[in-house]
Amino acid sequence: MMASSYNAKEEDGPHSGSSTHGGTGVAKNKKPDNTAFKQQRLPAWQPILTAGTVLPAFFVIGLIFIPIGIGLYVTSNNIKEFEIDYTGLELGSPCHDCSKNFTWNSTTPCVCALNFTLEQPFESNVYMYYGLSNFYQNHRRYVKSRDDRQLNGDPTSLMSPSKECEPYRTSAETKEPIAPCGAIANSLFNDTLELYYIEPNGTTTAIPLAKKGIAWWTDKHVKFRNPVNDKENLTELFKGTAKPVNWRKPVYELDPSDPENNGFINEDFIVWMRTAALPTFRKLYRIIHKKPSTTSTLPSGRYTLKVTYSILYNSVKAHAVKGQDKAFI
Amino acid sequence: NARRKMCPEAAEKPTVIKARAGLLWLQKTQTVQDENVNGEYGLIINGHSLAYALQKDLKLELLRTACMCQTVICCRVTPLQKAQVVELVKKYKQTVTLAIGDGANDVSMIRAAHIGVGISGQEGMQAVLSSDFSFAQFRYLQRLLLVHGRWSYIRMCKFLRYFFYKNFTYTLIHFWYAFFSGFSAQSVYDDWFLTMYNMVYTAVPVLALGLFDQDVNDRWSLQYPQLYSPGQLNKFFSKKVFVRCVMRSCYTSLVLFFIPWAAMHDTVRDDGKDIANYQSFALLLQTSLMIVMSAQMFFLTYYWTAINQFFLWGSLAAYIAITFTFLSNGLFFMFPTSFFFIGTARNCLNQPNVWLTVFLTCLLCTLPVVAYRFLLIQLYPMITDKVRYKAQKEGLPTPSPYRPPPRRISTRRSSYAFSHSQGYGDLVTSRKFLRLKSRPSLFGQKDSPVVENQPQVYRTITEEVEDSQS
Repeated sequence: MMASSYNAKEEDGPHSGSSTHGGTGVAKNKKPDNTAFKQQRLPAWQPILTAGTVLPAFFVIGLIFIPIGIGLYVTSNNIKEFEIDYTGLELGSPCHDCSKNFTWNSTTPCVCALNFTLEQPFESNVYMYYGLSNFYQNHRRYVKSRDDRQLNGDPTSLMSPSKECEPYRTSAETKEPIAPCGAIANSLFNDTLELYYIEPNGTTTAIPLAKKGIAWWTDKHVKFRNPVNDKENLTELFKGTAKPVNWRKPVYELDPSDPENNGFINEDFIVWMRTAALPTFRKLYRIIHKKPSTTSTLPSGRYTLKVTYSILYNSVKAHAVKGQDKAFI
Repeated sequence: NARRKMCPEAAEKPTVIKARAGLLWLQKTQTVQDENVNGEYGLIINGHSLAYALQKDLKLELLRTACMCQTVICCRVTPLQKAQVVELVKKYKQTVTLAIGDGANDVSMIRAAHIGVGISGQEGMQAVLSSDFSFAQFRYLQRLLLVHGRWSYIRMCKFLRYFFYKNFTYTLIHFWYAFFSGFSAQSVYDDWFLTMYNMVYTAVPVLALGLFDQDVNDRWSLQYPQLYSPGQLNKFFSKKVFVRCVMRSCYTSLVLFFIPWAAMHDTVRDDGKDIANYQSFALLLQTSLMIVMSAQMFFLTYYWTAINQFFLWGSLAAYIAITFTFLSNGLFFMFPTSFFFIGTARNCLNQPNVWLTVFLTCLLCTLPVVAYRFLLIQLYPMITDKVRYKAQKEGLPTPSPYRPPPRRISTRRSSYAFSHSQGYGDLVTSRKFLRLKSRPSLFGQKDSPVVENQPQVYRTITEEVEDSQS
């Protein structure tokens, strides 16, 4: 299969008599080297598609894929998911008043409550997501409208954000730089969702929702950093900057109770800043940790979802909340 | 009259077909078709007669008659006439012409033909300086055509097909993504990947393919000259092949985009965190694209030297290394605005569902191609496939005794030999050189007994020509 060593001089055999050209001395000097590389005789593997290789390969691939497929199908069927749409576009929906009455500069949030029933209990960790559809977080102008340097805590960028953030770069009234700048930060999702379990005897208990551990570790500890100074107080650190136009609170008041979750390293903010790939997406909102005892995390029964409806998006079609339980970890 | 004897059924006037050819059908061409002949003939014509034959009213007649012959010998011709004959064939036959010569009087002919070959040696370097290829002996022409020319054609075609394929796939994925990104020209890959893809990741393996690939080795190429015919028939790269290549890119890009789209649509990581974000999606698409292109290169290369292996696996390794480097913390701290994909590789590529998606897309893109090619080889094998199978079974070709190549009357490539020495006419007619007639060499044609300067039907000339080429 491989070309063995081959002498170029063999070809001279039957014609040696006729070469009366002379000048062979000159020709010998110009002859290229008789090495394997230059004469294209490198040892090589020459595979060929034969029936003996292709057909067994196809069968093997089929045999590998069938158990994978079965495994994936069984696993995905074990995942329980519950979706609640709280857009409120239809007349009968509880959040209809909220969706009708929003204005761009509304300061009072609107609260609406939806009741739902879980048929089956959810075991293990339950992840709560909010989802948006028809929200193009992958639009080019939107994706570019951020300043990673500022979000990494660079003090110069804090005071003069990059030009990409226009028109959300400086505040129109106070002419101060906006922190965090850009359209992505400006459109931060700030609906508040609360979950209450209605006990069989009628009392309502709030379900504890954990807000730590929802963002990537590298995002929270490497990519997003608060600006560092000799001042400890975040309010002092962000002095001289303005809040984004559509926010109610400035960035240093996102979570005043926990300094590790305040400012740029607020996990809800980080999760929102990680732009989605497709127009319909979901983002992790809260985690309901599994209970240490054997009781299920979310027992079956009636629940209420209280929504503090404050997103000011007027092009979004439907909102949905999904709870999810993974049976395998 | 000679022509009428050779082909009695043919029309009186040569039929010239006017057509349009070329890339956008802009070129106007005129073709004289090949005609069937009832035997094998040769034509000998000297410079004086050629001067009349090349005149406007007679040149098509000359061309028709000449093309009905196996061989045409024009002797005692001037350099200008040599060029005129070549141009006549070029213009009316729409074929590729090759001219080989060794003297300064061959220069015009060499330049007129599509491919000019100069012989360096006794007559000086004039022919060499104006030629496309040059070597020292006429018999090297066989190797030039059957081995190197053929390999060059195959390599070029494979290179072009692969290049178009990879670039069309890469670009069409953006096209499909545009439907989901509001047509905002958002790139679906990392900016660095956009730059590196064509320059680093896929440039070097295809270069190795274009330099080293062989379908059969040189001894088999010389033994089976029929392997040369796919090149003459334009089988490996034509408009049809290009369109097929584009179709295949369309299919590959659809698979490469929509399978990850479906996989990422509603997914999260196994600890609940986000994986359907733009950066992870981009990384997934990049990885599957790289792996599919490498697999494609794997099936395209017929001759795996160590260099090919190194370049292919090296490119994949370079992709992995560069990706992890550009997505690391260090570079982010130095240039935050350029390397903002930080952390994506670590968070996205440790998920099993990402690798399963990559595996699935790779197989879906490669298996149909493999199956199609396999079926084609089994059901409609080309001469290349047959020789490759034979070469694999037998190793080296056994040095066989001389076999005359099969005569196919329908496709005929007439060969031309020119002789220009003067002053030998008297010598020849005195028959003093007759015993040297048996010396078989192309260059010695001028000594053969071309005594009568008239067109003759002369059968034995062809056999001698074949002899000298073995």
